[in-house]
Amino acid sequence: MSSGFNVFRVGISFVIMCSFYMPTVDSLLELSPQKYFSTLQPGKASLAYFCQADSPRTSVFLEELNEAVRPLQDYGISVAKVNCVKEEISRYCGKEKDLMKAYLFKGNVLLREFPTDTLFDVNAIVAHVLFALLFNEVKYITNVEDLQNIENALKGKANIIFSYVRAIGIPEHRAVMEAAFVYGTTYQFVLTTEIALLENIGSEDVEYAHLYFFHCKLVLDLTQQCRRTLMEQPLTTLNIHLFIKTMKAPLLTEVAEDPQQVSTVHLQLGLPLVFIVSQQATYEADRRTAEWVAWRLLGKAGVLLLLRDSLEVNIPQHANVVFKRAEKGVPVEFLVLHDVDLIISHVEHNMHIEEIQEDEDDDMEGPDIDVQDDEVAETVFRDRKRKLPLELTVELTEETFNATVMASDSIVLFYAGWQAVSMAFLQSYIDVAVQLKGTSTMLLTRINCADWSDVCTKQNVTEFPIVKMYKKGENPVSYAGMLGTKDLLKFIQLNRISYPVNITSIQEAEEYLSGELYKDLISYSSVSVLGLFSPTMTTAKEDFSEAGNYLKGYVITGIYSEEDVLLLSNKYAASLPGLLLARHTEGKIESIPLANTHAEDIVQIVTDALLEMFPEITVENLPSYFRLQKPLLILFSDGSINPQYKKAILTLVKQKYLDSLTPCWLNLKNTPVGTGILRAYFDPLPPLPLLVLVNLHSGGQVFAFPSDQAIIEENLVLWLKKLEAGLENHITILPAQEWKPPLPAYDFLSMMDAATSQHSTRKIPQCMKETDVQENDKEQHEDKSAVRKEPIETLRIKHWNRSNWFKEAEKSFRHDKEL
Amino acid sequence: MGLSAVAPLWGPPGLLLAIALHPALSVPLRRDYCVLGAGPAGLQMAYFLQHAGRDYEVFERAPRPGSFFTRYPRHRKLISINKRYTGKANAEFNLRHDWNSLLSHDPRLLFRHYSRAYFPDAHDMVRYLGDFADTLGLRIQYNTTIAHVTLDKDRRAWNGHYFILTDQKGQVHQCSVLLVATGLSVPNQVDFPGSENVEGYESVSIDPEDFIGQNVLILGRGNSAFETAENILGVTNFIHMLSRSRVRLSWATHYVGDLRAINNGLLDTYQLKSLDGLLESDLRDLAILKDSKGKFHVTLKFFLEEASTNQSTDAITLPQDDNDNFAMRVPYDRVIRCLGWNFDFSIFNKSLRLNSGNAFGKKYPLIRASYESKGSRGLFILGTASHSVDYRKSAGGFIHGFRYTVRAVHRLLEHRHHSVAWPATELPITQLTSSIVRRVNEASGLYQMFGVLADVILLKENAMAFEYLEEFPIQMLAQLETLTGRKARHGLFVINMEYGRNFSGPDKDVFFDDRSVGHMEDAWQSNFLHPVIYYYRYLPTEQEVRFRPVHWPLPRPTAIHHIVEDFLTDWTAPIGHILPLRRFLENCLDTDLRSFYAESCFLFALTHQKLPPFCQQGYLRMQGLMSTESLWQHRVESRLLRDDAPTGRDLEDSSQQPGDQELLGAPLAPGPLAQSLDSNKEEL
Repeated sequence: MSSGFNVFRVGISFVIMCSFYMPTVDSLLELSPQKYFSTLQPGKASLAYFCQADSPRTSVFLEELNEAVRPLQDYGISVAKVNCVKEEISRYCGKEKDLMKAYLFKGNVLLREFPTDTLFDVNAIVAHVLFALLFNEVKYITNVEDLQNIENALKGKANIIFSYVRAIGIPEHRAVMEAAFVYGTTYQFVLTTEIALLENIGSEDVEYAHLYFFHCKLVLDLTQQCRRTLMEQPLTTLNIHLFIKTMKAPLLTEVAEDPQQVSTVHLQLGLPLVFIVSQQATYEADRRTAEWVAWRLLGKAGVLLLLRDSLEVNIPQHANVVFKRAEKGVPVEFLVLHDVDLIISHVEHNMHIEEIQEDEDDDMEGPDIDVQDDEVAETVFRDRKRKLPLELTVELTEETFNATVMASDSIVLFYAGWQAVSMAFLQSYIDVAVQLKGTSTMLLTRINCADWSDVCTKQNVTEFPIVKMYKKGENPVSYAGMLGTKDLLKFIQLNRISYPVNITSIQEAEEYLSGELYKDLISYSSVSVLGLFSPTMTTAKEDFSEAGNYLKGYVITGIYSEEDVLLLSNKYAASLPGLLLARHTEGKIESIPLANTHAEDIVQIVTDALLEMFPEITVENLPSYFRLQKPLLILFSDGSINPQYKKAILTLVKQKYLDSLTPCWLNLKNTPVGTGILRAYFDPLPPLPLLVLVNLHSGGQVFAFPSDQAIIEENLVLWLKKLEAGLENHITILPAQEWKPPLPAYDFLSMMDAATSQHSTRKIPQCMKETDVQENDKEQHEDKSAVRKEPIETLRIKHWNRSNWFKEAEKSFRHDKEL
Repeated sequence: MGLSAVAPLWGPPGLLLAIALHPALSVPLRRDYCVLGAGPAGLQMAYFLQHAGRDYEVFERAPRPGSFFTRYPRHRKLISINKRYTGKANAEFNLRHDWNSLLSHDPRLLFRHYSRAYFPDAHDMVRYLGDFADTLGLRIQYNTTIAHVTLDKDRRAWNGHYFILTDQKGQVHQCSVLLVATGLSVPNQVDFPGSENVEGYESVSIDPEDFIGQNVLILGRGNSAFETAENILGVTNFIHMLSRSRVRLSWATHYVGDLRAINNGLLDTYQLKSLDGLLESDLRDLAILKDSKGKFHVTLKFFLEEASTNQSTDAITLPQDDNDNFAMRVPYDRVIRCLGWNFDFSIFNKSLRLNSGNAFGKKYPLIRASYESKGSRGLFILGTASHSVDYRKSAGGFIHGFRYTVRAVHRLLEHRHHSVAWPATELPITQLTSSIVRRVNEASGLYQMFGVLADVILLKENAMAFEYLEEFPIQMLAQLETLTGRKARHGLFVINMEYGRNFSGPDKDVFFDDRSVGHMEDAWQSNFLHPVIYYYRYLPTEQEVRFRPVHWPLPRPTAIHHIVEDFLTDWTAPIGHILPLRRFLENCLDTDLRSFYAESCFLFALTHQKLPPFCQQGYLRMQGLMSTESLWQHRVESRLLRDDAPTGRDLEDSSQQPGDQELLGAPLAPGPLAQSLDSNKEEL
């Protein structure tokens, strides 16, 4: 089309690039005239609303203009509000307040001026502005002759997109203009608002907007009319985009593959495929039939000619049509249809179903905001009717609380009956009670803070759920472990004795370290810690006792500070004061020196010592390793780990190759959720085992050890070196997005606004007779019910899904442009 | 309440000076806090001061607390409900339906232990208040009538001046803060010709025998007027009730100060034409004449002014002379005035600038929404006399309302004078939904003082934590930081209880069809009392609070949420109440507030660079929520999780279909989901 426009286009893509890199300005710029004109760039379009500086700051027009800032920015058009001040007189500043106008500039050339009432809403603004800019791409016509002339001129050259909209500035007009912005150079757009024109083409239902594709490019004989295809969906930007895509696709394709495997643009657009089965003998006739069908189904389905003779897969003998739905995974249908109309009706019939489904989707508009998407709340709700053996725990009340926790060592679960997380945890708590039934000295109790709010507040419980342990003569201790059966059970069992345990003889100390002393407890704590002190080290002992007390319920701690402590320290090569760590599973005893170590540092030392060199990572223990902030080197194993792999990695650990990493392995049998993790890393999933490096804390890159290499030391070292040198490519990068609201909320503020604006349009006169009052009352009630319906239909903010589609469509628009 | 109704008129200032300088009395007794009156509000304030260990004294004219209740209400029946059973154990919730108890930590000091009657006897209130004062050991000087209050400027004083109180013995008390809880003690009298013939509610006989066969005219249309009528309804010939405006029924206005159903027997007999009747007219246009037989005739003031002064009463024109069907043409045997009460301004020196309000009559002193006098700093009005703040709206004029406003005043004072910030609980953001659900379901202060006291949630930086402040006077929202000592830099929520905007009113039909709303998306049209949550990105300014939209309790927020009204006032339904609330909070904070099992957090931890708050604040701190066998089963069935079983279908398949969003994997598609309230505007 016009070459001048290409410059403009360049400008736009530049702007799009910029807006990509710069924080987009979403609000309306306010400038003085002088400032404004200095910002105009050659080739760039800009819409400016000139208004008096003292005019009201908000008006309906300004609100709409403000909303138009973003969409227009997407088209590279800037929007500004220019405040006319007395000092700077501009000819665009009207004389009177109500004569203010908006002006469209390209560079500093005035393209058009708009009285504000033509720009009645955001759709009108976008539509008008694009309409003015695309005056060549979109021909506005008013009579049949114009259409005829354009059609004749383009025969054999280009196709036409003809649309009828009821008025300029309505949403359908905007949709057409947005499509023209993208496809304006490829197709000639023709626009009309004359019903007569539409009737001339032979449309029914003229009250709706229409869009036709005129296939003029194919026409070589000037006397012949261009074929026309009507777009049947409502006129939206997205629908037009999809429609044009199908028009661009080849009318008929010949294939000789398994129909199940065939894919064309139609499937991607959600349209079915129709295969006309052909044989060598009837090829010519079949092709003619197929073309005929293809024209009939244009825009509704893709039509292909399937050459049976060169086909490797078997298709049923009599089948002459194969129908493939757009939905994935649905098997193809083999049909025997002897009439072309039957093919058409089959497609349309199935389309119809699809349309209904679409309609449903439209109503739902994606996930329903009234549907629970919190897994804890949902599962607790689904489980609400199951009876728990609550009687295994003692339910406390305001009256019984103090007496109970004073009388016996108790665990108290503070929960709220209406809170899902509380109720989910109550199940684990009851499981603990089941497992401890009759064996524990600890009384398991619970109190519902929804009933006994004051008790909970007095116990300093302000959030739920909370577990506290009350022991005679001790301050209550809050449980800080995982809210699950296993860890809570461990906490309760380990708390049967007080920590640190006072060890009084060498022999007892040896028993303690060997695990003999607390045989029944070491299954809960794989490490026993013994603090060694000479009797005079009082401060060090106090610090250790404090740490031991802090760690109670999580690890077994003991203290030895008899005169003969040197015997022990010598035997285990420990300095005084010092710690001995007995790892019962490995049968090893380590020593760690303590020198002026404060309680919290001791806690840290012990906590770190609990970590393994090459642990099996589980749901429960990941957080302890996660907080080390190192990349994880995970070996995914289907079942137990191959001892050779384990050996290889432990060797690397010893050789200090893995100091900057946290090596671990994951057993998919114990941790089935690992499969989900692998799926996020790999596509398709290679066979196990898989060794993966996940850089969780900086960058999120995931690297995979080549699955064709054996997991042996040499290969691993080489791979790690390549990784370090940056020679390996990551297989994926973990998404870094923040967790946003999963779905929108009801926008009550807009609903209230809508209701008040409706009310204010019909004001009730002040003086009324009594009868009037009653009538009016009734009217108000009716009014109210009208209001009730209105917001439901129009104001639900569930359109997020659709707007996303729009963005997607827009993206591909841009893509098309570059091409 | 505790003060003499008629204070002596003070002479020239010299006299005061002379008394003050009298050697025996010259030593003023000093107190940080002085409370005037040991009625419910005075005792309530004394309790909080005592509990906080403050230096205070209560002055009471009578020998025991609650002297007002020894005489009033005249017919002894309190119309504040004493609901002893609610079916719930929650003590805070039960206070919603206990309108007589004062707040204390002692559960024995609940009114239900003092009376079994739903509408209790006033003597029980006297007994209750006495016990309250004694059990808690409140410092009260009985038999002390404060006769005069004046100001003494002193730059060292907390408020730049001391309040100087002089009692009937001439003893002077110097107070840093003055808390006036004297109630409304002066009967309201309307001046019109013949008003001397009218008997007052405060002194009229309550023995029905005295009214047998009489024609009675009652002036007024409040609860005392109807209570008086109710007592004599069965023995009089008829009762006519005359008032300026039409009767307001509290079940239509949702205001407890309007006519309660328990007193409305006369409405019944009026509408059934059983001779009793209601009339509306401005009393100031009327005159009452006593004829020679001692009967009273109603006429117009206008006629009286026409006639010369020395004419006999019989000669004065009566309306029925011209208009022979005039309603009040029968002569009355008695005229009784039941026109309510006014605050006693007489003891306060002009320097205190304690003025009466203008808007709704002169009965109340002019105060701010913080209950501090507009005239002098450090002077607070408590109790019934503080009702100007929420007159005709909420319950601030009644025990079940002002017990909370007194607590609010005390909290303000604690911060102002003792640097104790307004009590607040700091919680992680994962507890946000729960903390709101908890309060709207049990809080009694919010429930009674709807529209006046509201909870405030102050967000911390990055919205990872918040502070929860209870029952703040919302009209002071702009001054929140200075009044509470808390910072509101990162946005705030206000939790208020509201009736529907157009639901309550004297002439409204509150029983119309569809008066209640059931669906969440219609929640904003809820009519009955329901929680409303306002979200502000910034603390509103004073201007914004003052010039807020009409009928709005607060300035226009960034976003608003209504929790749909509930027949049982139980807002704990997972889908109906909690889910929409969570979505609202999420969209305000632009984050994901769902809770997740540890398994999900584990998956997210290894497949995302960032975690949702619940996993960050729980799982990663080794406090993840493990699921149990049966919950796991439901989790699989609910299809809310990604299918992590090895046999599952390919993930990529489903993620391409927009209708089939993976809820848990939501951040995989951050674009559309990142829709915060800023970007709710439609693009198409």
